[in-house]
Amino acid sequence: MTNNNDTLLKLQAITKVYGMGEAQMLALRGISLNINQGEFVAVMGPSGSGKSTCMNILGCMDQPSDGHYWFRDVNVGTLSRNQRTLLRRHFLGFVFQGFNLLNRTSALENVELPLLYRGVGSNERRAAARLALATVGLSGWETHKSNELSGGQQQRVAIARAIVTEPLLLLADEPTGNLDSQRSEEIMALLVQLNRERGITVVMVTHEPEMAAYAQRIVQFRDGLIECDRKP
Amino acid sequence: MISNLLTSALPIAVREMQRNLLRSVLTMLGIIIGVAAVIVLMTLGSGTTRHVTEQIASLGSNLLMISTGKSMGPMQSSTAPKFKLADAEAIAREVTSLVAVAPQASSNATAIFANQNWQTNITGSSERYFSVNNRQLAAGRIFTASEVHSGAMVCVIGETLRGKLFATSNPIGARMRLQKLSCEVIGLLKAKGQSSMGSDQDDVVVLPLRTFQRRIAGNDDVAMIQVSAKDGVTTNEVKQSIQQVLRRQRHLSAADEDDFNVVDMKEIAGILSGTTQLMTSLLSAVAGISLLVGGVGIMNIMLVSVTERTREIGIRLAIGALEREILAQFLVEAVVLSATGGLIGIVLAVAIAGVLATVLHIPLTFSPQVILSAFVFSATVGVVFGYMPARKAARLNPIEALRHE
Repeated sequence: MTNNNDTLLKLQAITKVYGMGEAQMLALRGISLNINQGEFVAVMGPSGSGKSTCMNILGCMDQPSDGHYWFRDVNVGTLSRNQRTLLRRHFLGFVFQGFNLLNRTSALENVELPLLYRGVGSNERRAAARLALATVGLSGWETHKSNELSGGQQQRVAIARAIVTEPLLLLADEPTGNLDSQRSEEIMALLVQLNRERGITVVMVTHEPEMAAYAQRIVQFRDGLIECDRKP
Repeated sequence: MISNLLTSALPIAVREMQRNLLRSVLTMLGIIIGVAAVIVLMTLGSGTTRHVTEQIASLGSNLLMISTGKSMGPMQSSTAPKFKLADAEAIAREVTSLVAVAPQASSNATAIFANQNWQTNITGSSERYFSVNNRQLAAGRIFTASEVHSGAMVCVIGETLRGKLFATSNPIGARMRLQKLSCEVIGLLKAKGQSSMGSDQDDVVVLPLRTFQRRIAGNDDVAMIQVSAKDGVTTNEVKQSIQQVLRRQRHLSAADEDDFNVVDMKEIAGILSGTTQLMTSLLSAVAGISLLVGGVGIMNIMLVSVTERTREIGIRLAIGALEREILAQFLVEAVVLSATGGLIGIVLAVAIAGVLATVLHIPLTFSPQVILSAFVFSATVGVVFGYMPARKAARLNPIEALRHE
């Protein structure tokens, strides 16, 4: 397998089957997709089109039924559960629709969390977390608990948590799904900025064409297949 | 590897516990109550047993009590005719295997000294009373045979009464009033504490029997005769001799049943200690149940808290926590909570047992085995039931764990 130097990840004839026998459901029917370092990709498609399944496979949280997933030079299909966790720990960042911050926990501690698992010392950890919070425009909110923050602020904390480890790939699953349009635009501007200034590859699932318009590339899913792959 | 795991798990676990203080306290509460209940109950149980054993040891040797009536036990009321002094004298004269005979009569009356008064137990007896009942003097002297014979107005008092009437002044030589009688305090008994029946053996005045009969009771009845047998004589022999004498004294025909009874104090003590042992085993059973209930409580809280934290586990897994790191965190949490709860339970138990022992006048005997086993049991329950559901959660697919609300 030869990889272009710029290729960050490569999906090859990926299928995903849920259930057994009669109740079998094909979530992915053979997806092939290349994403290069530094791209900003929006994944669109109706519910049940397989885009979430695809994101879970990209995030190494789920294994395909068939096909190959290459993350840089690594064949993810050959990795153990622990190895996939370590891959997430070191190279991936996640932003979820529901924010998924730890309750009753300060913004700073939430952002520190991934560094804690990387074994970063406490001073260094705190400094990096402050920096990440500053990047998302939340300086001064470090000690606020997650439930004391607005939805937009919580999502920015989540983004800070995702980028504090300086990941290669940021996976965002409907990051603006729970936000009003003004907050959504702020979050999108932030993702675009991170993509341009830091070269973080962003793959984002969205329902909204306005949000997809921020991306450089739109991948449209339908019935477990890629319907089209285009520029906005 | 393991130390790495611990150094990363410890701060996470401690942080989680601080963050969820209420949950942590609730979890510990189950352990605290379980441990404390067992230790308190077991300690009081063994304390009571020891107390009763000491009581038995302090009883006069080979003591028998003879009272009127047919019922068993020392507290019976009776319609049978009372003994007279002559009955006691007959026993003393004819039963040769006795060391001492002490006829007794008693009632309650108010003792007055200066402006203090106190309701107390007044016993009239002979000078033998003190040796038969194993009572020693703290000060002064006991009354003499001639004082008993003449009905002298002298008395020996117990420590409780001394405290109530005389406080700091010296009672010896003081004149105390008992109803219409004014008598001189000639002796003070050494404190003996509570009897195995629960009465205060130091709340007493002892007078010569004749003085009591004439001045307090106004009759010549003797309610009870205490005798102590010589060593090496079986109490059964003594009982039979006494029965013979008393049946003759009381003019009972061969067909009549005894209208008095002779009780061996050692028998009563034996019954009592048997009862106490039964109580102790009952208490142990109750303690065991409360430990079990405490264990179920710990289980519950641990299970609920892990279920409630499934999403947290999902977040941690997604962010890059390994299964074993999640497990280490929950294990450390369970160990810290269980151990802290156990220690608090022990401290609490020692305090409660101390207070109860003082209130109930029971000697304190802490058994290290009981403390240790209660601690180990609840700590084990805490750790096992904190760990098992966490293991299940840590094995979850992170996607499913994240969906959990």
